[in-house]
Formats: sequence, C-alpha cells, structure tokens
Amino acid sequence: MFDSLSEKLESVFKKLRGQGVMTEDNIKEALREVRLALLEADVNFKVVKDFVESVRVKAVGTEVVQSLTPGQQVIKIVHDELVAVMGGNEDNGLNLAAKPPVAIMMVGLQGAGKTTTCGKLGRHLKNLKRRPLLVPADVYRPAAIEQLATVGRQLGLEVFNSSADQKPVDICSAAMRFAELNGFDTVILDTAGRHQIDDFLMNELAEIKAAVLPLEILFVADAMTGQEAVNVAGGFNERLDITGVVLTKLDGDAKGGAALSVKAVTGKPVKFVGLGEKLDALEVFHADRLVSRILGM
Amino acid sequence: LGKKEIDADTLEELEEILITSDIGVKTTVELIRSLEQRLGRNELKDGEALRAALKADILARLNAHHSVLDTDARHPFVLLVIGVNGVGKTTTIGKLASRFTGKGKRVLLAAADTFRAAAAEQLEAWGERSGVDVVRHKEGADPSAVVFDACKAAVARQVDILIVDTAGRLHTKVNLMEEMKKIHRVISREIPGAPHETLLVLDAATGQNAVSQARLFKEAAGVTGIALTKLDGTAKGGIVVAVSHEFGLPVRYIGVGEAIDDLRDFNPQEFTDALFQA
Ligand SMILES: Nc1nc2c(ncn2[C@@H]2O[C@H](COP(=O)(O)OP(=O)(O)OP(=O)(O)O)[C@@H](O)[C@H]2O)c(=O)[nH]1
Ligand SMILES: Nc1nc2c(ncn2[C@@H]2O[C@H](COP(=O)(O)OP(=O)(O)OP(=O)(O)O)[C@@H](O)[C@H]2O)c(=O)[nH]1
Ligand SMILES: [K+]
Ligand SMILES: [Mg+2]
Ligand SMILES: [Mg+2]
Repeated sequence: MFDSLSEKLESVFKKLRGQGVMTEDNIKEALREVRLALLEADVNFKVVKDFVESVRVKAVGTEVVQSLTPGQQVIKIVHDELVAVMGGNEDNGLNLAAKPPVAIMMVGLQGAGKTTTCGKLGRHLKNLKRRPLLVPADVYRPAAIEQLATVGRQLGLEVFNSSADQKPVDICSAAMRFAELNGFDTVILDTAGRHQIDDFLMNELAEIKAAVLPLEILFVADAMTGQEAVNVAGGFNERLDITGVVLTKLDGDAKGGAALSVKAVTGKPVKFVGLGEKLDALEVFHADRLVSRILGM
Repeated sequence: LGKKEIDADTLEELEEILITSDIGVKTTVELIRSLEQRLGRNELKDGEALRAALKADILARLNAHHSVLDTDARHPFVLLVIGVNGVGKTTTIGKLASRFTGKGKRVLLAAADTFRAAAAEQLEAWGERSGVDVVRHKEGADPSAVVFDACKAAVARQVDILIVDTAGRLHTKVNLMEEMKKIHRVISREIPGAPHETLLVLDAATGQNAVSQARLFKEAAGVTGIALTKLDGTAKGGIVVAVSHEFGLPVRYIGVGEAIDDLRDFNPQEFTDALFQA
C-alpha cells in the first residue's frame, strides 16, 4: 500500500542536490513523509505531532555527513529518536525483589491476551526456577476460569481454585495466603477484560491492588490497537499506576505503533512481547526491533 | 468549528477527527482532498458546511454497501464466523444465538475452535443461555471434523440456523488460513451453497491492521459481512469505513457490551454521527 519510509525519503531528497546542512525548507517534505509513516503505523495523532516536532528541531542545522544520503540521515535521526522514546535498550526485567510471595497483576481491555500471557509468564518464571501460582480472578467471562485452569494444566503449573460466585478481590487475597502457606513465590493474577471508562470494574482492580500490593501491574495491549491506545493506556495508568506493558499479537503484520502511544502517555516500559498463541511465544522487549518494524526497515 | 470562515485549522481539525477515529490515513487523505476540491470550487461556505459535506461522504461510503442479513431464504442457513484472536467471535455468536431463538428460530452451534483453552466450554456456556445445543469434540480435535458433524446434525435436526465458531487466527498465518479454507470447503460440500454468510469480526479498537485482516480473510474465505465489536468503549471503529468501502462489505452488526442482548443492527447514520461526537 505505502512504500517504505526509506524509499520515500530517498525520493524526497532526490530533488535536492548538494545541500550541506538540513534546513527548515529542505526537510519539510521529509517530515511530512515521516508523519504519514507513523500515522500509518497507528501511532497516535498527538504523539506523532510532538514527535515530528522533536525530529525537526534535531534535524535542522545538522550537517549532512558524507557517508549518508540526506534520506538516510533523516531516517537515522527518526530511528534514534524513536528508540529513545521507547526507552532505548534499558533493562525491562520484572521487578520481583521483595519477600515472597510477590504478585503480578495482569490488566487490560477485553481479548487483549491477559489469560494467555499469564500462562506464558508462568512458564517464563518456572524456567527461572521460581514457583508461580496462576490465579483466575475473572468471574465474568464465560469459562474464563476453565481457560486458565487448562493453560495451567498444559504447562504443569498450579492454578488456584476459584469459582465464578466469588468476588475477585477475595479470590486474590485468598490466593496470596495460599501461596504463602504452600511455598509459591510468585502469584500471577488474571483479571477480566474491561474498558478503562467502566468505573465499577476499574474500582474492582483498584481494590485488588490495595489488597495484594502487586509489585508488577502489567497492562496487556494488543499490537493491532489503533488510535485508542492512548485513551485506554492513559485510563489504566491513571487509575492503577501500572508498572509495565506487554504487547501481544506481534506475530502478525501489525506495525505496533500503538506501543509508542502507550509509552508516550504512560512513561512505562514495554517489558514483553507476545508472538503467538502458543505458551512459549513470549519474548523480552527490544526497542530497536519495534522501531525497525514501525519504519519498515 | 462553527460558522466561521474556513482556514487551514478547520481542515486540520477535521483531519484530526478522522485520524483519531481510526478511519485510516488513506481514506482520510481521500476525504480531505475531496473537501479541498470543493472548497476550491467555492461549494462550501463555512465550517458547518464542510463538516456536513464530510459526514455525507462517509455516510455515502457506508450506505453503498449496507444491507441487513436475511437468514430466511435457506434451510439450514449456515453462518461462519471468523477473525483474528480475541476480537469477540464467540461472544457475538452467543448474542446471535439469543437473537435468532428470540425470533423463534431453531439454532445449532458448532465449536470449531478446538485449539484455544476452554473455547468449547465458553461456547457451551453461551449456548446454555439461550437453550441452544453445541456440537463439539475434544480439545485438539480436527475442526473440520467438528464442522462435518455439525452440518450433518443441522440437516438431520432440521435447524434453521447453524453458526460455526472458529479459532482466532492471524490472517498472515498460512497454515491456519489453510485450516480455515478446509472448514469452509467441508461446509460447502455438506450443505451446497453454504456458508450463506461468512462474518468477519473486527474489534473497534483495531487500527489500520483491520484492512489487512479484511483483505486476507476475504481472499481465503470469501467474507460477506462484518461484525464490529466493543463499540461500548471509547473506540470509534472508524476503520470499518475503509474496510466496507475498499472490499464492498456490509457491516451487519455492532457489539456494544458483554451481555447477551448487547448486539445491534448496524446503522450507518448513527455510526457516522458517533464518529463526530467528541
Ligand atoms: N497470535 C497471537 N495470539 C495471541 C497472543 N496472545 C494471546 N493471543 C490470543 O488472543 C486471544 C485472546 O487471548 P486471551 O488470553 O483469552 O485474552 P484476555 O485478555 O484474557 O481476554 P478476556 O479475558 O476476554 O479479556 C486468544 O485467542 C489467544 O490465543 C499472541 O501473542 N499472538
Ligand atoms: N465490552 C465489550 N466486550 C466484548 C464485546 N464483544 C466481545 N467482548 C469481550 O471480548 C473478549 C473476547 O471475546 P471472545 O468472544 O472470546 O473473542 P473471540 O474472538 O472468540 O476470541 P478467540 O476465540 O480467543 O479468538 C471477551 O472478554 C468478551 O466478553 C463487546 O461488544 N463489548
Ligand atoms: K465507542
Ligand atoms: Mg482472560
Ligand atoms: Mg472464540
């Protein structure tokens, strides 16, 4: 549909010859292409606006170095700025440093991939020689508890016994006590999907947070999300002060620009990416890989 | 954006509305360009006229392909439901089963998602809510075998409508798309002319990827309609304007919640109005 940004920028700069420095004038068209490419990748409108402005400030006045074409140089500035926005290659590991059991709470919109990611994280932690307990605290979605129970069975992980007539906060509190008594060091709480504007259900999450004091509250975001990502992530972060993000379904052809919006609006790091339905399809997040993907490099 | 003079800001404001409701870059560029042309010909006098023209353009795109699903003509009428992971296929089927039984139809469900953990249990829970049977096999079974049995049962039991639930799959996964084609083939072989509707479910929060989803699902399974879910949040679901226009597909239903009666017929006018509400 759209050519890659690199190709576009090469053709933009083909018209300019022999310029020594980048000026307002000669990068205007290039920035327009950058803007379109980011919007195409589902980065939020306002986030794009601010970002393009910061690239303009960076680019204007820079010498075009001999070894790069002006197009390559703009790409480099955009790439490096995007990587910086995404937190560079900072350590995005889980924070589990506290007296066990520590709790990890998964939150997010309906269908984002929370339950599946609970299983994936459980497997990941088991490989790190921890003893995770999976806790089904979604009492709303039909068969949500059975879903997590099945995932646990597939992975050989213990799943806390809960039922749909219990209150989610009671399930979570009881699971913490159970973990303490039975030697589980990490408790992974699966919560029901919800909209950030649903006061009743957002309150429920706040109650769970207050009751179990999770070290990690991971906002699970679908990589195919569009402009909404800022509203949703902003809403969850405001209410819960999330600690990180898991970006799921990156195994398709979505560019995943929503991750940029989420990072921009919450300031919280993406910690993991989901790359498939299978329970081993979880990887640690790499900012530079996502940026290359967004830029079609 | 009142009755003031039109300036560059006015167009930018409209562009922001379009982009932020996920109408997509390509469609936005087309719509804004057409407005600019009409401005050039002095056809639009003020901001209000501009906004009205834009709404009319969008409505025309949606109306061009709009049609409600008629399930009466065939017995059994077979509805195949497909889409990427987690968009709301199973829930939409639960709601449809209730809507159809409410109209006195005899409905049967097929649990052809044999992959996802507890997918069949989820569909059964929905079936129970409207007293509808579910044909299912064990987890990990061949989904085509489920569909084969379900088609046989639908004919034998003389049901009015058979709805087939499938596993979520990303449109780029060749093997999973092949599996879906096979499901489609089995249905056509068992009930000639079926599936009579292949409903692609799209999540309102999805951005531009929905276009790629529609393209590849249409190529593989001949999609005939769209269901747009999760419109009860803050997402506008604007990408269906592009999808409907580009692939000539009607939007049949919208999902507005997780309860059994949270399904509505798509209304192009109301949808367009909602796009422009802050
Ligand atoms: N392709 C792919 N599918 C995924 C990934 N993560 C989750 N899924 C699928 O997405 C769908 C939804 O996943 P769930 O784990 O049920 O999502 P959820 O957030 O728990 O959903 P609710 O509890 O209904 O809010 C399922 O079909 C999963 O198999 C991923 O990284 N890639
Ligand atoms: N708020 C809201 N939630 C919805 C709507 N439709 C579905 N959901 C929720 O979205 C989540 C996923 O729905 P499912 O029906 O399981 O989606 P699916 O497409 O069958 O998922 P997979 O089979 O895993 O691919 C569930 O939590 C549903 O309750 C809707 O219209 N509004
Ligand atoms: K909405
Ligand atoms: Mg879940
Ligand atoms: Mg399903």
